[in-house]
Amino acid sequence: MSREFNLVVDRITCDGRGLCAELLPELIRLDDWGYPILRPGPLPEHLLPLAQRVVEDCPVLAIALRRTERRK
Amino acid sequence: MRLLDGPDRPAPLPNVGSGFIDALERAGLAGRGGAGFPTAVKWRAVAQRSRGDAVIVVNGAEGEPQSKKDRVLMSARPHLILDGAFIAARVLRARRIVLYIGERHEAALASMLRALSQRSEPEPALVTVAATPARYVAGAEAAAVHFINEGLATPTNLPPYPFERGVDGAPTLVQNVETLAHAALLARHGQAPGTVLVTLAGGVVRPGVIEVDSETTIGEALSRAGGMAESPKAVLLGGYFGSWVEPERALQLAIDHESMRRHGLGLGCGVIGVLPASRCPVCETAGIMRYLAGESSAQCGPCFFGLRALADACTRIADGRANPDDLTRLQRWTADVRGRGACRHPDGAVIFLSSALNLFASEFAQHQAHDLRRTA
Repeated sequence: MSREFNLVVDRITCDGRGLCAELLPELIRLDDWGYPILRPGPLPEHLLPLAQRVVEDCPVLAIALRRTERRK
Repeated sequence: MRLLDGPDRPAPLPNVGSGFIDALERAGLAGRGGAGFPTAVKWRAVAQRSRGDAVIVVNGAEGEPQSKKDRVLMSARPHLILDGAFIAARVLRARRIVLYIGERHEAALASMLRALSQRSEPEPALVTVAATPARYVAGAEAAAVHFINEGLATPTNLPPYPFERGVDGAPTLVQNVETLAHAALLARHGQAPGTVLVTLAGGVVRPGVIEVDSETTIGEALSRAGGMAESPKAVLLGGYFGSWVEPERALQLAIDHESMRRHGLGLGCGVIGVLPASRCPVCETAGIMRYLAGESSAQCGPCFFGLRALADACTRIADGRANPDDLTRLQRWTADVRGRGACRHPDGAVIFLSSALNLFASEFAQHQAHDLRRTA
């Protein structure tokens, strides 16, 4: 078993402040209207602390870290 | 045995139990509301969670502008639909049934209420009625649950799915009226009719609803409606979330969901729309995109802003006043918007638009170059 993390956006709550893309441009870009587009796939381990900061700092709390257990 | 031309009257329900879900599976019944989801899987998900508290939502919202088949069925066979609902209630151990019917479908609603008044207790006591706002997204499962619970016919985040926590927080089956009618015939006769209700729209001699065997081709279905009024430019399969297909290909396709899927297509809610060659496909596409943008429930940014931007760019192109990069923007935005709403509304819209950009590539390019002359 190994842990994997994903960032997930609550599309209804998100109102496109764009802070997440500023904090984590490695994984998040903004579309032409300012809403985040996440790079697909699991979160690389070394970006976990930044991802946690994204979750905490989102002004409308629209982004979360989801943990999935994966059998290898 | 057909859906549309059988006698419609109340009769004692056939005695079915949980084994009926296996019968649904063997019959291969799939949802007729648009998604084509296997009915047995849906019933089983609710059955596993029901503690005698499940809810059945009879979905007659029919928000697809070109579709009429649910209304026609509700007017012609209300008892058959109610049979399906009460059978579902028995099999899934439900304590409540909600008739969820589009508020503008007045004849259909009246027909269902008249039929309900002819049923004997305790059946009617289970049933309440919700008249649904005439919005495109109102027929989506989560929107139906949201409306019944809170009066808002807008989609919600999933999960929880309706089968987990739906109406009153209970496991909920949201099922299209045609699907319920098929289930009722299966329960009564041991076999489903194997037919499909389709709405023929656009350039057809006699537009309207017909019932066809699933192996019928689209060409044969159109012939039954008197054929096409003039030579066709394209056929839109599956309504506004569907795809444009070239006529030669479309006419040979069998109507059943399986063979459609093998061709990478879907019949959705059963709309077959014929675009005559005299009409401009770019203008037609732009009009449908404007409609879909207006039907966004305005909850998710990529859908609300994205569909509006797509519709605006389409309209500029159609009107011959495109900005230099409008066509490339359409391509990029189509990819950007997909999968980024709480519901599938933006996905359906860009699937439709992608099919237009493919099939009408030369017309879009010509319009983009501000050349509005018609090509044959």
